[in-house]
Amino acid sequence: MDKIISVNNVTFRYAEDSARPALDGVSLSIEPGEWVAIIGPNGSGKSTLAKTINGLIEPDSGEVTVGGLLLNEENVWDIRKMVGMVFQNPDNQFVGSTVQDDVAFGMENLGIPRDEMVTRVHDALEKVNMLPFADREPARLSGGQKQRVAIAGIIALRPDIIILDEATSMLDPQGRAEVLQTVKEVKERENLSVLSITHDIDEAAEANRVLMMSAGKLVQEGTPEEIFSYGDRLIELGLDLPFPERLKASLRKEGIDVPETYLTEEGLVEWLWTLSSTK
Amino acid sequence: MVMDIVFDKVGYTYQKGTPFQSRALYDIDLMIKEGSYTAIVGHTGSGKSTLLQHLNALRKPTEGTVTIGDRVITSETENKNLKGLRKKVGIVFQFPESQLFDETVAKDIAFGPKNFGASEEEGREIAERMLPLVGLDESFLETSPFDLSGGQMRRVAIAGVLAMKPDVLVLDEPTAGLDPKGRREIMDMFYRLHKEQGLTIVLVTHQMDDVAYYADHMIVLEKGTVMKEGDPREIFRDADWLKSKQLGVPSAVEFANQIQKQFGWSFSTLPLTTDELAREMKPFLLQKEAERQ
Repeated sequence: MDKIISVNNVTFRYAEDSARPALDGVSLSIEPGEWVAIIGPNGSGKSTLAKTINGLIEPDSGEVTVGGLLLNEENVWDIRKMVGMVFQNPDNQFVGSTVQDDVAFGMENLGIPRDEMVTRVHDALEKVNMLPFADREPARLSGGQKQRVAIAGIIALRPDIIILDEATSMLDPQGRAEVLQTVKEVKERENLSVLSITHDIDEAAEANRVLMMSAGKLVQEGTPEEIFSYGDRLIELGLDLPFPERLKASLRKEGIDVPETYLTEEGLVEWLWTLSSTK
Repeated sequence: MVMDIVFDKVGYTYQKGTPFQSRALYDIDLMIKEGSYTAIVGHTGSGKSTLLQHLNALRKPTEGTVTIGDRVITSETENKNLKGLRKKVGIVFQFPESQLFDETVAKDIAFGPKNFGASEEEGREIAERMLPLVGLDESFLETSPFDLSGGQMRRVAIAGVLAMKPDVLVLDEPTAGLDPKGRREIMDMFYRLHKEQGLTIVLVTHQMDDVAYYADHMIVLEKGTVMKEGDPREIFRDADWLKSKQLGVPSAVEFANQIQKQFGWSFSTLPLTTDELAREMKPFLLQKEAERQ
């Protein structure tokens, strides 16, 4: 199967005299249906990379292919139909006075007939569990609900890829869990690819593959388990330590022997269970 | 003078007396003691932002009284002479870096003090003293704030608030949008200022782990009024109540509750941090080890 996204040796500078490029020879590819997380500290080039994928930024050199189309001025609009982006601040992406108007906005721009639009709005809101809110004012929703409406607006356009650009970073834990659950469901049902740029360990854990960026370069890749076993180094990589790792460090300080390998929270409980049941 | 902040039956209604009036706060009693580290938690729309603006009289209550140090603010209070209060209580709003404007970092930090009568040189001196407090060195003084990274810009904005030498520092989700490393550095910096300089801190957050690690006093706000106020450890004890309010508990509390139930352990106190949790777990783990030998 062809790659849904391939980025080939892309370099980009925000200004000609920038000391270092924001993207420095970045190459990567994403399979259809794959979930890839990109992690890295603030300023490492993650969001810049996302913007090159839907043509918001034109690279100085290198090329980007989406759904088999080489990104250029002529087909940038076709490519944007394939790539939906959810941004960080839920309050900056609303235009409609009601939730359903807002979901319809993107389709209006594409000139989709009204009947079709009504069906798709209904459908999309149902998929993100926001149908009961169709007539509400977006401003009155919680952060998590707002992001789910933003996702509905995207899936109404039938994209192939969703890019989450720190889409959960301004939400409370509840909102974060809601949005993540929604993305998981939508991804499965619509067979989408997901590219999530994140500092959130739970979001990165959903990915098939985690890519790490530092100073404009892709420096490392691995499965979430491989990456999470880095312990303290995760902080430098722009992620937080997962709770089991933090607890293991605290137990070590108390002189308790703990496993070296990465443990999920369930894994940690299991380990404690083995400890307390072995006779 | 003691800089306690006390709310007595405080209410606030937007556009009071018009058909558009909407009640944001009602019946609020609370106390923020000088030298405390108070966390305010609550959902979007719980009234947090409106409440914050009462802490330095940016808003005056439409009902009740707010006492800030020796000043009593009511709906009748005149707007004159409130400037001094703004100096005593500094507010770091969300995304404060959006308020940077001057040519250099030094000038931006000195802007507040100069408004309050500091000379050019004094302003410069204050800027030099503030930078290390926020973890930046002197080389940044002549830099344009717009050439800095997001995290650095935020530090400069915070230095601008600290330059006013407030007694109380109010922080509205100060780490939103920063990466975990930047988040930790900034939270540690506030804690250091609190410990070393006795700065009173009011933190608005929805990160329960931050409440657990830093705060000694906690206020839970819901739908415009205070639902609970007190010691975080006491409030976190009622995990079911917090969850019913969809507020959650610190990760150490969650895990402690789970393993106590599952293994039949009973801890002497409720651990709020992983260090406390490890200390509580230790005797049980050692006992198991002894049984095995």
